[in-house]
Amino acid sequence: MKFLSNMLVGLLISMCMASWAYTQTVTETLKKIKESGTVVIGHRDTSIPFSYLDDKQQPIGYSMDICMKVVEALKAELQRPNLQVKLNPVTSATRIPLMQNGTIDLECGSTTNNLERQKQVAFAVTTFVTANRLMAKKASNIKTLDDMKGKTIVSTSGTTNIKQITELNAQRNLGMNILTAKDHAESFLMVETGRAVAFAMDDILLYSLVASAKKPEDFMITSEALSVEPYGMMLRKDDAAFKKVVDNAIIGLFKSGEINQLYTKWFLSPVPPKNINLNVVMSDALKKAIANPTDSGDPKDY
Amino acid sequence: MHFDWSIYLQLSPDGQHTYLQTILHGLGWTLATALSAWIIALLLGAIIGTIRTTPMAWAVRVGNTYVELFRNIPLLVQMFLWFFVLPELLPTAAGDRLKQLPNASFITAVVCLGFFTSARVAELVRAGILALPRGQRMAGTALGLTLPQTYCYVLLPMAIRIVIPPLTSEFLNIIKNSAVALTIGLVELTAAARSMQEFSFHVFEAFSAATVVYVLINIIVVNGMRVLENKLQVPGFISLGGGMSAGH
Repeated sequence: MKFLSNMLVGLLISMCMASWAYTQTVTETLKKIKESGTVVIGHRDTSIPFSYLDDKQQPIGYSMDICMKVVEALKAELQRPNLQVKLNPVTSATRIPLMQNGTIDLECGSTTNNLERQKQVAFAVTTFVTANRLMAKKASNIKTLDDMKGKTIVSTSGTTNIKQITELNAQRNLGMNILTAKDHAESFLMVETGRAVAFAMDDILLYSLVASAKKPEDFMITSEALSVEPYGMMLRKDDAAFKKVVDNAIIGLFKSGEINQLYTKWFLSPVPPKNINLNVVMSDALKKAIANPTDSGDPKDY
Repeated sequence: MHFDWSIYLQLSPDGQHTYLQTILHGLGWTLATALSAWIIALLLGAIIGTIRTTPMAWAVRVGNTYVELFRNIPLLVQMFLWFFVLPELLPTAAGDRLKQLPNASFITAVVCLGFFTSARVAELVRAGILALPRGQRMAGTALGLTLPQTYCYVLLPMAIRIVIPPLTSEFLNIIKNSAVALTIGLVELTAAARSMQEFSFHVFEAFSAATVVYVLINIIVVNGMRVLENKLQVPGFISLGGGMSAGH
């Protein structure tokens, strides 16, 4: 009997803990920001050049610059010139739960906007367009996903890429062994040390990882694009007032052409901390998304 | 937000298993990792712990170094070192063989967790032996027993009984610590819950399942160890039965 009652108490407590998180939900972000005088921005630590830590451990990047413009717009909208910005690090796996439970108000990283995620969170207008590709060592001679049959592939947990690879693995019957790593740097390390043959990720992140590797000439990125991934700032769902402020601030950047300076700064010039120039010219898909701002999560619209 | 418990029966993106099966699969790896590592930890821990109480000064120093090395480095760092650094330090051929082992992350996790926990078990065993009255060792020697005989027939049987309650805690710890193996790509219970959360976005359902499963395993372990403790009890010597639940 003692065994049973112990078990019951244990179960009850764990259920309570699990449901406790439900009590905290925020619906009106603008009100929350105004009352607390603080906006909490979620940032990444290795998403070069979107949102990453520099040598002083400060988050910088293309997405961070865009977000700071949004913060300026929020200050004007709320008439709070001394609005505080609190920076909260997030990972691929934690960004959605932290947004849902109200820890962060705006996520400035490299988050793909897709229809499935839109059931959980909302996205501001698209600010970058990339594709899911594979990175491997040149010596391994991988050209397409089908070359990976029966081999080990790695991707970062919580990403759309790992989900797509898992689905393709089942559809095409590739029999790949799929490893998950906790961040992009660790996924890269898996390939660098030979633990995995290829790393499936958004091509722009792959370019920056290769560029900052010890021996960039050892790696290559496949030309086969497995998907289209539009990036957007992530917001809480069903909060039209907040989304409007964020969208308008970003569309303002597009209209004024300021976005081109930001693009040049992060993609066509050397970026800290290692002063690497990614040298990736603006894609046609992104040009289109800037000319006609959209928050669509459907790859067909790009 | 709302609970949607039917998510467990939906098919996960691998196209073959439901989310419930994913979680159970993770549970299997958690148990396999924790139990295999526990065997290594008990064997190594008992040996090193015993050595540290012998009169041989050099052996005590070796034992102390071992314990301090494995006890003072965070488990997360040790996992990383075993998985990513060790194969690079070995000759290329041996390193490559290590990387190509089937289930490399499982084997690495078992070894790493086993060594880490063995240092903690060694410390418990040493404390158990030192907790015995000095007279017991002397009595063994007076009877003409050799040092190994004194340990086997006099000291260890009592010391083991003393350390069962703290060993229970270590057993619980090793089960929970096995979650750290997700950082080297082992899809154990926590990793399975995480992947369910990431694929389905049902965060709270995924982690509720993991929480309940961990609590259940640990309650079973606690009760099992309590039964063992009562079975091994020596009447008149440190009595733990009779409603007293010492140690945990």
